[in-house]
Amino acid sequence: MMEELLHSSPGLVNFGIFFLLGTVLLLVVLGFVTYAILAERKVLGFMQNRMGPNQLGGKWGLLQTAADVLKLLLKEDTIPKLADKPLFIIAPVIAFAPSFMVLATIPFTDKLQFADIGVGLLYYIAISGLTTIGAVTAGWASNNKYALLGGMRAAAQMISYEIPLVMSVLGIILLSGSLNLNDIVAAQADTAWFIFLQPVAFFVFLIAATAELTRVPFDLVEAESELIAGFHVEYSGFRWAFFMLSEYVYLFAMSALVTILFFGGWLPLPFLGFIPGAIWFALKFSMVVFIFIWFRATFPRLRADHLMEFGWKVLVPIALANIFLTALGKELFEYFF
Amino acid sequence: MELLNLYQNNYLIVFVFLCLGVILPVVALFLGKLLRPYKPSEAKYTTYESGIEPFHDSRVQFNVRYYIFALMFVIFDVETVFLYPWAVAYDNLGIFALIEMTIFVFMLIIGLVYAWKKKVLKWI
Repeated sequence: MMEELLHSSPGLVNFGIFFLLGTVLLLVVLGFVTYAILAERKVLGFMQNRMGPNQLGGKWGLLQTAADVLKLLLKEDTIPKLADKPLFIIAPVIAFAPSFMVLATIPFTDKLQFADIGVGLLYYIAISGLTTIGAVTAGWASNNKYALLGGMRAAAQMISYEIPLVMSVLGIILLSGSLNLNDIVAAQADTAWFIFLQPVAFFVFLIAATAELTRVPFDLVEAESELIAGFHVEYSGFRWAFFMLSEYVYLFAMSALVTILFFGGWLPLPFLGFIPGAIWFALKFSMVVFIFIWFRATFPRLRADHLMEFGWKVLVPIALANIFLTALGKELFEYFF
Repeated sequence: MELLNLYQNNYLIVFVFLCLGVILPVVALFLGKLLRPYKPSEAKYTTYESGIEPFHDSRVQFNVRYYIFALMFVIFDVETVFLYPWAVAYDNLGIFALIEMTIFVFMLIIGLVYAWKKKVLKWI
């Protein structure tokens, strides 16, 4: 059905259908966020030898996050008098909208996907870069010293780690010869998962992705011991919730992207092809999410100067070297075989 | 015509996602407005500064290092923009393109090494 729809001439009807389907995805993502937050708290709890949420919704605290969201919805919304009001209001929207937009090109299985555009990977990287503007806008508009420091740090960190992030995927583009995410998965079906062909790129990408998500150990943006909460100090209630939401939607998007780029998306393991692709995708995806949560329980936060130097002095040279070694390896491979 | 339709539909989806991404915060904040209390008081609307009276304007002149890093970002981001089409078309270009790209990136690496030696990358 989707095929026919994509080939029909675009109009209001198509817009309506896409809108409904997009809303379904939005609800799925919100469901994911709700339970990702719970899973994070539970896993962190078990890793630190305590229970985690266990009061609301039975032993597993299944209603904890829903209750938290309701609480936030009922909180009074304060905008400081000195703040730049229009920018203050628009900043959460700037931060959130790109986080949902990047999901448009991500293929979950060979059938289940929205836009199949030729520059899928570039689209993801370009749009995800926009969130930095939301953080800086929030920091600037709050007219608060902590917020401004946090916003500036967010910008410096995100742009510094974007370079190794985009450079590490170049090795994958060289091997698959396409920016389309479907083609990248298809290339992995022909050869092997790219984690085996591009292990260096995988580690650079994973580290840079953690920094882009501003998760521990790279959460200097909201280092609570020095900056209270970073760029969203002055935000309360649901405006604040949208910054948190965009962070977790990015966790969803980034984990999906790692799954597609390095773990072969919906491709099954050998001899297990009878299990549907959606389940494979879900399994690999959950594993990547778990790795991000695991990081949080394991690593202490970096120092600001170490963070910047690590990005520019270690990750950028490694990523650059990886590109040329991959190109050279490909050339040699073609020469000898 | 078929392909044009496909192309337009795909970008229509992107536009739909943009709309949804904007509508959700707007609707949620509007609904929240009906639910949340509104009890203004003078002290609530002061800037938060860990409990002490806020002083000076917070928008002061900032450390120039942030600006230098932004400049570095622009240089290397443009470099990757050049690398992307090269990587996509690499199969058709062959060894000559590899040598050309090596020269291009080498010149940028000189820039990185220069910045490194000048202690630009040292964050204080």
